[in-house]
Amino acid sequence: MTRMGFFTDTSICIGCKACEVACKEWNDVPDDGLNFLGTSYDNTGALGADTWRHVAFVERPRGGSAPPSSPPVNGQDAGSSPAADALDTGSAGVRWLMSSDVCKHCTHAACLDVCPTGALFRTEFDTVVVQQDVCNGCGYCVPACPFGVIDKRESDGRVWKCTLCYDRLKSDMTPACAKACPTQSIQFGPLDELRDRAAGRLGVLREAGVSEAHLYGADDNDGVGGFGAFFLLLDAPEVYGLPPDPVVTTRDLPRMWRAAAGAALALVGAVAAACARPR
Amino acid sequence: MTVRRLIASWPVVRQLTGDDRLGLGAAARSDRSAALVARTETADRMVKSICPYCAVGCAQRIYVKDEKVIQVEGDPDSPISRGRLCPKGSATKELVTGPSREYTVKYRRPHGTDWEELELDRAMDMIADRVIATRAATWDAPNRRTLGIASLGGATLDNEENYLMKKLYTALGAVQVENQARI
Amino acid sequence: MGSNMAECHPVGFQWVMEAKARGARVIHVDPRFTRTSALADTFVALRAGSDIAFLGAIVNHILTTGREFREYVAAYTNASAIISEDYEDTEDLDGLFSGWDPETQTYDPTSWQYAGMPAAPSAGTKESSPQGEAHGYGSKLEGAEPPATDPTLEHPRCVFQILKRHFARYTPELVEEVCGVPKARFLEVAEALCDNSNRERTSAICYAVGWTQHTVGVQYIRTAAIIQLLLGNMGRPGGGILALRGHASIQGSTDIPTLYNILPGYMPMPHAARHGTLDDYIAANTAPAGFWGHADAYFISLLKAWWGDAATADNDYCYDYLPFITGDHSSYRTIVDMADGKVPGFFVLGQNPAVGSANGKLHRAALAELEWLVVRDLVEIETATFWKDGPEIDTGELRTADIGTEVFFLPAAAHTEKDGSFTQTQRMLQWHHKAVEPEGDCRSELWFYWHLGRIIREKLAGSTDARDRPVLDLAWDYPLLGQTGEPDAEAVLREINGVGPDGRTVGGYTELKADGSTACGCWIYSGCYADEVNQPARRKPASEQDRVALEWGWAWPANRRILYNRASADPSGRPWSERKRLVWWDGDAQRWTGHDVPDFVIDKPPDYEPPEGAEAEHALRGDEPFIMQTDGKGWLFVPSGLVDGPLPTHYEPHESPFSNPLYAQQANPARQTYRRRDNRYNNGNGAVDYPFVMTTYRLTEHHTAGGMSRFLARLSELQPEMFCEVSPALAAERGLVNGGWATITSARSAIEARVLVTERVKPLRVQGRDLHQVGLPYHWGWKGLSTGDAANDLFPLALDPNVHIQEVKAATCDIAPGRRARA
Repeated sequence: MTRMGFFTDTSICIGCKACEVACKEWNDVPDDGLNFLGTSYDNTGALGADTWRHVAFVERPRGGSAPPSSPPVNGQDAGSSPAADALDTGSAGVRWLMSSDVCKHCTHAACLDVCPTGALFRTEFDTVVVQQDVCNGCGYCVPACPFGVIDKRESDGRVWKCTLCYDRLKSDMTPACAKACPTQSIQFGPLDELRDRAAGRLGVLREAGVSEAHLYGADDNDGVGGFGAFFLLLDAPEVYGLPPDPVVTTRDLPRMWRAAAGAALALVGAVAAACARPR
Repeated sequence: MTVRRLIASWPVVRQLTGDDRLGLGAAARSDRSAALVARTETADRMVKSICPYCAVGCAQRIYVKDEKVIQVEGDPDSPISRGRLCPKGSATKELVTGPSREYTVKYRRPHGTDWEELELDRAMDMIADRVIATRAATWDAPNRRTLGIASLGGATLDNEENYLMKKLYTALGAVQVENQARI
Repeated sequence: MGSNMAECHPVGFQWVMEAKARGARVIHVDPRFTRTSALADTFVALRAGSDIAFLGAIVNHILTTGREFREYVAAYTNASAIISEDYEDTEDLDGLFSGWDPETQTYDPTSWQYAGMPAAPSAGTKESSPQGEAHGYGSKLEGAEPPATDPTLEHPRCVFQILKRHFARYTPELVEEVCGVPKARFLEVAEALCDNSNRERTSAICYAVGWTQHTVGVQYIRTAAIIQLLLGNMGRPGGGILALRGHASIQGSTDIPTLYNILPGYMPMPHAARHGTLDDYIAANTAPAGFWGHADAYFISLLKAWWGDAATADNDYCYDYLPFITGDHSSYRTIVDMADGKVPGFFVLGQNPAVGSANGKLHRAALAELEWLVVRDLVEIETATFWKDGPEIDTGELRTADIGTEVFFLPAAAHTEKDGSFTQTQRMLQWHHKAVEPEGDCRSELWFYWHLGRIIREKLAGSTDARDRPVLDLAWDYPLLGQTGEPDAEAVLREINGVGPDGRTVGGYTELKADGSTACGCWIYSGCYADEVNQPARRKPASEQDRVALEWGWAWPANRRILYNRASADPSGRPWSERKRLVWWDGDAQRWTGHDVPDFVIDKPPDYEPPEGAEAEHALRGDEPFIMQTDGKGWLFVPSGLVDGPLPTHYEPHESPFSNPLYAQQANPARQTYRRRDNRYNNGNGAVDYPFVMTTYRLTEHHTAGGMSRFLARLSELQPEMFCEVSPALAAERGLVNGGWATITSARSAIEARVLVTERVKPLRVQGRDLHQVGLPYHWGWKGLSTGDAANDLFPLALDPNVHIQEVKAATCDIAPGRRARA
């Protein structure tokens, strides 16, 4: 089937956290603790067993480029982007980045590779899902994830993460977060279409002078073979708490398997030779 | 389950007989996963509603199963909200089904130190008595009113409710009727 | 301005984002850099409480650079009207208008009238209502004759020239001094607004309680009205002043008011001093021109809806069943009386005044003085339990056993458990259907009030006391549904819509009669049950309609989506531009037509001139779009209807660390104050004791005073504690640590909050010195999953005199590290 995914366009995220709530309501995810973190408006902290969507809030001094602005429409100047930076002194001088993070549903998913029970599997939508009826809580997947997404819920010992609303997808519905998102910062659809749309959006922003806009996780040749849930960011990934160059932790597995297989064969050969040796 | 199905359902067998030779996809799919559908699909009914929080007026779909609300979603038909909801609107199910809700009348007698139980009918009767007595005691005949009974609230209520409230209060001569619009 | 739309109306903000994607420029002017600011093209920080200086300077900029939409202004506003020669401006009287009476601290607005008009003001200004309590529908003029005008707008006493003089000193330099906004930044906004407002383009202004919660709040919105009228942005698509209201049906609870001063449809409550009889009432409230010319039909139809067959022509339709108001009986006045032991009984429905109203301590003290209190809510809110776990119990100021208040807590039904309609912020009624039965003792307000009325009527049956007749004669028969005996909400909506002599629903308010043959519970809602159909329940998918979507829900009046949309066409009835066409005159059909329901007499041609003796809407010309006004004009200058002046004027907030640089008059002279020990003010010591400005606001993650959010885990975990927002500079100055605790003090109280130090809050340069502002979300109280002190405890009762709304968007405070004292 067609690969389905998310495109999270952070340039229109209003940081409302509807995604976090809609996700929890649908998936019955318990609260993640009521802790005032003092990190801007983020009191969730990070993705985890009890947080499958996490909105990061990043307050940054305004840099050298203009804010995301609007392109002219119909050739009319809709109010040209002001020489904002010169005037920002004494007013804004700050920008507030918001971004809803989620499991990346990697093309090469290390969590899946290391799962010994078959609890993690790749669905017919090419998403990566933990099957709670299979998971035995061994936790091998937890350190395997290059993003720190998958996490063990202490109260039940199993691991949990975004399922991209597998049950909703099977019923031909949009995942809860994308459905709720007021500004459609979170978009759901066939990954190919989303990538086209993202490329278009990126072009519009770049044309409007938002030179720092870039796509994160839309490249098949990156360390995880591209994300099923990718992003348009307005600053470097690490600013949002994302690894700049994620690599599937099991990247070397095939080579290792080959080596192991060689060793095993040698061993088998040795054993066979040993067995074959006349007593 | 027949032995044959049992064997066929064994992931290793599926892995070796299906397309998923790595055993990371269909071969690994559990019966539960195979049978999974959105719970809205098995709801007894869907009822059209409106979000009770702010005044944008987002449309909601309320899914009911066994006479319980099991999901609240945005209604994509709405020209106002197009199916979207904010975090509060998205938390509507917890608002209406959550553990903080109260389901019984509570009564605190004057100078009492804790709540007591009270039947709803009895409470209604007592409240009616209080209204009648206070009204009589504070009646301002020239102005056809009482300044002894005040009311606060209405912006979270339905138009029909505000209408009956205002109608009854006015007939009783209670004029200090106010709501959040003043705030 | 005055709105944080992305945070408080996120789903509505999708349209702002969509407009932005299509080329619109979004400008956010606010004391704080919020999530709205983050998404705006331009953000301007201004000092809380200084908006009129900013907006007034835009008015001045428009006028001095000639940027007004001249044709629109000349035709559709009262710019050309000549004002009484007795009028004196704040420029003449150093911050006061003519008519000020220092004795009563009120204005006599007679001198603000149009020249040659009868002096008697209307609906609630002069006589005995200094505080605007009878401003049901604002204002009207006495004479049917149009005022004297100067179409050239040159007459020195015409509104246009008065406006120029009034705002002449509102310069970019003044904005810099008063608001702390750099001159260039201001000019950028003013220019952007002017450039985007003309025949081809329109600009909208969104506001919320950031504008209303001031001692001069009504005049904030008035200033926006002046700007939008000057720029031709009213009645046109993409224009307007959009009030972003904060509760699901706060608009509805004003239209069908649970408010003391009005009856359904913005008709005034009868006032003892001037509405002694039905004739008095109708004479006082019927306008000679415009749709208020039919106030008699609206009013008598209401009396028929309420008292049914008992209301006859012989008994003046039971007019004397209505109680009189005699002054201010608003929420805060009542709480003060309650604290003084004058109000024995109190119902609280879905509201939480113990933490949600200004000066919470005074409210809690007032609750402790009651004889009985009924609280109806979904959860056990602070107002229901102040007697056992309030902060005053904690500190020992109050003892539970000493509190004599008898408390009834009745659990309410949720919106999913009852049928009914909400009126959202664009005046649209939308029906919500009952999904499940309420559990246990949970009941709707419809159930509670109907059954309370039933029981009271049963207990009073047989009474011969005249005061009981209004109760016993009440039309109180509604079909009861289900096992609980729930009144049929649709039957109530049908009564609100109104019925004609044939017993069938009327199609709209134009069918109402003053002869008792029609009954209608709320004339502006008339049509919501036209053709015996629940119109608010209509849900034709947006995808199957044009973008106006007239078949989704129902908007009052008459399902119009943009009010005064006649102004979207020029005086001759042609759209100002093809791009912005909405409603226009179809000469062939001799009718108004367009995408929206025309807000005009459908067949009145643009060149219509009222014949001699014409009344009501027929007395307005074919090119006068503001059909609720007696002169059909948009009012730049308000000759009647406001109690604190005909033009907006910059006054400092009631509590301010600065003096007013424009006038000797520091604050709104007509503002309403309560000088009491339990409501202390900081206006003796100026900036010394409380040097900082504090302002309250909402967060996306919570709702109002928290009753619908702090009790939910999903929302509480997102914003789990009360906090304050301060700049790094203030944090350094006062030793505040991010994530630590701070105590914020005012002349009333002290509260504690976690500290959020953020670059989003910056000191502003005001009157030559740095001003620090402290941001305080007001959602908290001591109950629920997420708890904290109530910001409202810090704020005083100091009110706008027109509408009695408290000033919680600007007052003075101090802040120190650490938690508040407990004993």
